[in-house]
Amino acid sequence: MSIQRIPILKLESYLLVTIQVDMDDTVAEALQEDLTERLSQTGSAGVLIDISAVYIVDSFIGRMIGNIAAMSRLFGATTVVVGMQPAVAITLVELGLSFNGVLTALNVDKGMERLRQAVEAVDIG
Amino acid sequence: MSDAQGTLLLKNEHDVVLVRQLVRQLTMDAAFSLVDQTKFVTAASEIGRNVIVYGKGGEMHWEKLRVGDRNGLRLCFKDQGPGIADLEKAMTDGWSSGNGLGMGLPGARRLVNEFDVQTSPGEGTCVSLTRWK
Repeated sequence: MSIQRIPILKLESYLLVTIQVDMDDTVAEALQEDLTERLSQTGSAGVLIDISAVYIVDSFIGRMIGNIAAMSRLFGATTVVVGMQPAVAITLVELGLSFNGVLTALNVDKGMERLRQAVEAVDIG
Repeated sequence: MSDAQGTLLLKNEHDVVLVRQLVRQLTMDAAFSLVDQTKFVTAASEIGRNVIVYGKGGEMHWEKLRVGDRNGLRLCFKDQGPGIADLEKAMTDGWSSGNGLGMGLPGARRLVNEFDVQTSPGEGTCVSLTRWK
């Protein structure tokens, strides 16, 4: 049985992942692998993860997002998570998931802005 | 959904998705607020995953509750896995027997109104989650 793979698109020079399915652990792990591969191939400076269609973020998915951010950093890329639903944010705080080292923004536009700022900062520094 | 109770077998990773979908439908039937729906489904996802990953499979029994004019929902997760050797430790934030961050049980507890764990080494685990509207 083949694993469903979440598409990774290119937006300007960044990678965009829009999560629109209820992921099980296998799909989440495949996404991490695919992103690692793409970052390594493209040398992209940023990853945008759009979770505006995600209504449940449990500790496994939260961990996946944290892993993606950490892994991207190893490739010199910045990760911004956008579109977190308010109910998800409240639940994550209650769950105790801190999302340290993960930048967030309200939507894709603001996320792109954030990415450009972060990438500029890296270039200047 | 008009049934008052039911059982969902939990065998493989994909069943966690079924847990979320079913519990989401049940919370909507019970007219929980969106935040309460999200919290309860997330708690169910945490415990459901434990059953599959640590408990070697099991089942989730769900039950619609009604006390007076108050709606509620109870989920009982049972597995025949190894049981939790040190429950107190497992209920502490940050402790994990796997490579997780250890927030499954204490996190789930914070997300529900009533939380109960019955477990012993070699005898499996039974976790009950309840939320009232």
